[in-house]
Amino acid sequence: MTGVETPMLEVDDLVKRYRTGRGVVRAVDRVTFALRRGETLGLVGESGGGKSTVAKCVLRLVEPNEGTIRLRGNDITHLSRRALRPLRRDLHIVFQDPLTSLNPRMTCGTAVAEPLRLHRLADRKARDARVAEIFDLVGLRRALRYRYPHELSGGERQRVGLARALVLRPSVLVADEPVSALDASVRASILALLRDLKDELGFSCLFITHDLTTVEAICDRVAVMYMGKIVELASTGELFRAPQHPYTRALLAAAPVPDPRVQRARRREALAGDPPSPFAPPSGCRFRTRCPLEPFSAPRSTREEPPLLEVAPGHLVACHLVRSA
Amino acid sequence: MTPLLEVRDLSVSFANEQGTVRAVDRLSFTLAPREVLAVVGESGAGKTVAALALVRLLPRSAVIEGHVLLDGLDLLALPARGLRRVRGNQIAFVFQEPATALDPVLTVGNQIGEVLRVRRGLTRQETRARAVELLRLVHVPAPGQRLGDYPHQLSGGTRQRVLIALALASDPRILIADEPTTALDATVQAGILDLLRETRDRLGTAIVVITHDLGVVAEIADRVLVVHGGRAAEEAPVLDLFARPRHPYTVALLSATRGL
Repeated sequence: MTGVETPMLEVDDLVKRYRTGRGVVRAVDRVTFALRRGETLGLVGESGGGKSTVAKCVLRLVEPNEGTIRLRGNDITHLSRRALRPLRRDLHIVFQDPLTSLNPRMTCGTAVAEPLRLHRLADRKARDARVAEIFDLVGLRRALRYRYPHELSGGERQRVGLARALVLRPSVLVADEPVSALDASVRASILALLRDLKDELGFSCLFITHDLTTVEAICDRVAVMYMGKIVELASTGELFRAPQHPYTRALLAAAPVPDPRVQRARRREALAGDPPSPFAPPSGCRFRTRCPLEPFSAPRSTREEPPLLEVAPGHLVACHLVRSA
Repeated sequence: MTPLLEVRDLSVSFANEQGTVRAVDRLSFTLAPREVLAVVGESGAGKTVAALALVRLLPRSAVIEGHVLLDGLDLLALPARGLRRVRGNQIAFVFQEPATALDPVLTVGNQIGEVLRVRRGLTRQETRARAVELLRLVHVPAPGQRLGDYPHQLSGGTRQRVLIALALASDPRILIADEPTTALDATVQAGILDLLRETRDRLGTAIVVITHDLGVVAEIADRVLVVHGGRAAEEAPVLDLFARPRHPYTVALLSATRGL
């Protein structure tokens, strides 16, 4: 890949297995993607897809079993905690629920100042100034620095979460369902804020969500995950215009459109049954037990796992029935 | 059409040491037989409190005022005994989080069976047959085998189906579903909404769906009540509401959803 800019974040053949009393779950199973400079890459899918596990591996909050993670070209997969520490400045996360991810006994200002303190990046006075500055940037009144998380509204708390994640000016932000717990009007304003902050601070963002409306609003490219695998990856425009994988199509069809005329005229490709047990994923294609196209892809789909292949420039799909045009 | 349920000036307030909070403020609406009414609003709007107040399922600290008329009978004036006959039999609830709404130490069969024995007075054998029938009605696969399962052994979608079966066990005339799909994945949500619609079509049950999701409203409602700050902001047939929202709050809510 000479002549191509080094991606901000590269995940290559990532595997994360969890051992439980009931057996082994491959929560992430050979996942490969790259986050380009300045882009927002969406990781979407339903519960159990492996989205959040990818995020945790990327941040080394859990240790991956196989694969490599590179941050701006540096392999961070096996770095010791100590060696990783300076790099943590460059990679931060915002969680879904700021009420549980912020320390309830710390004022919001202290929580936001903590990364500065831990990295010894500024003395007390400079820290206060940086905190005041980032509060302005995320649209919080400076007076809220002296309040505790429970005293704030959900939207304000998520702004605190963003302030804390961005106070070190990281080059990569991982956002794990950052607006899923918020009401529609608040959600819209947080997404708008995130777009503004990205323009202003110029970070790249790995955005994890189950909600396709949010994806459409904020992501440049999207990777769709099902049971630990990426089944489709494309630019947001292309994915919404011409989804190829039957799971992506089902996801798009399942999201109700907030317009009764449109919604009631749609033909829904409802998926059969429940997701299979993660302890015993189906052989071959993992989606086949719920796939509307299974009659056409069998028996190949039962034997062979479909590889993620490029079907159009920049558009990857893992399905035996989808071939390049 | 004469309404099945008529709510007039329903108010609910809670008092604590810091003062009184009026969660629901003079809310009035009607529900016709076989109708699906969506009650929409954001967190804290008073949707759930209003629904619980209909059959007085609120803590003692709640002060409920107004009238809830079911066949001309005011539920808020009924003694506890009379009210118990209405709860479940006439008006049944489906709650948001099926994992906590089901009893974790009882099997599916025992939970449905309890309702059938207490409400319907069925024998053991009848109970089993009816429980299987109910699970089949809500499209739970292999219903006979599911009777012996505990809630944690079921997927989220199946749990929600069991919860709906449980609500339907006493043949209620009104089903109140509080955020019935919020905890579910999108592909599973679609199936649950289909099931609610089918319940109305096949059994004639009137349904109140409480939701914050305008997508759900667009999918399933006949009529919509928009609640804001405990009050009715707007009430309209679903097509009118989306085509010509009148209240500024409705307009804001629609644009927040569409204009992301």
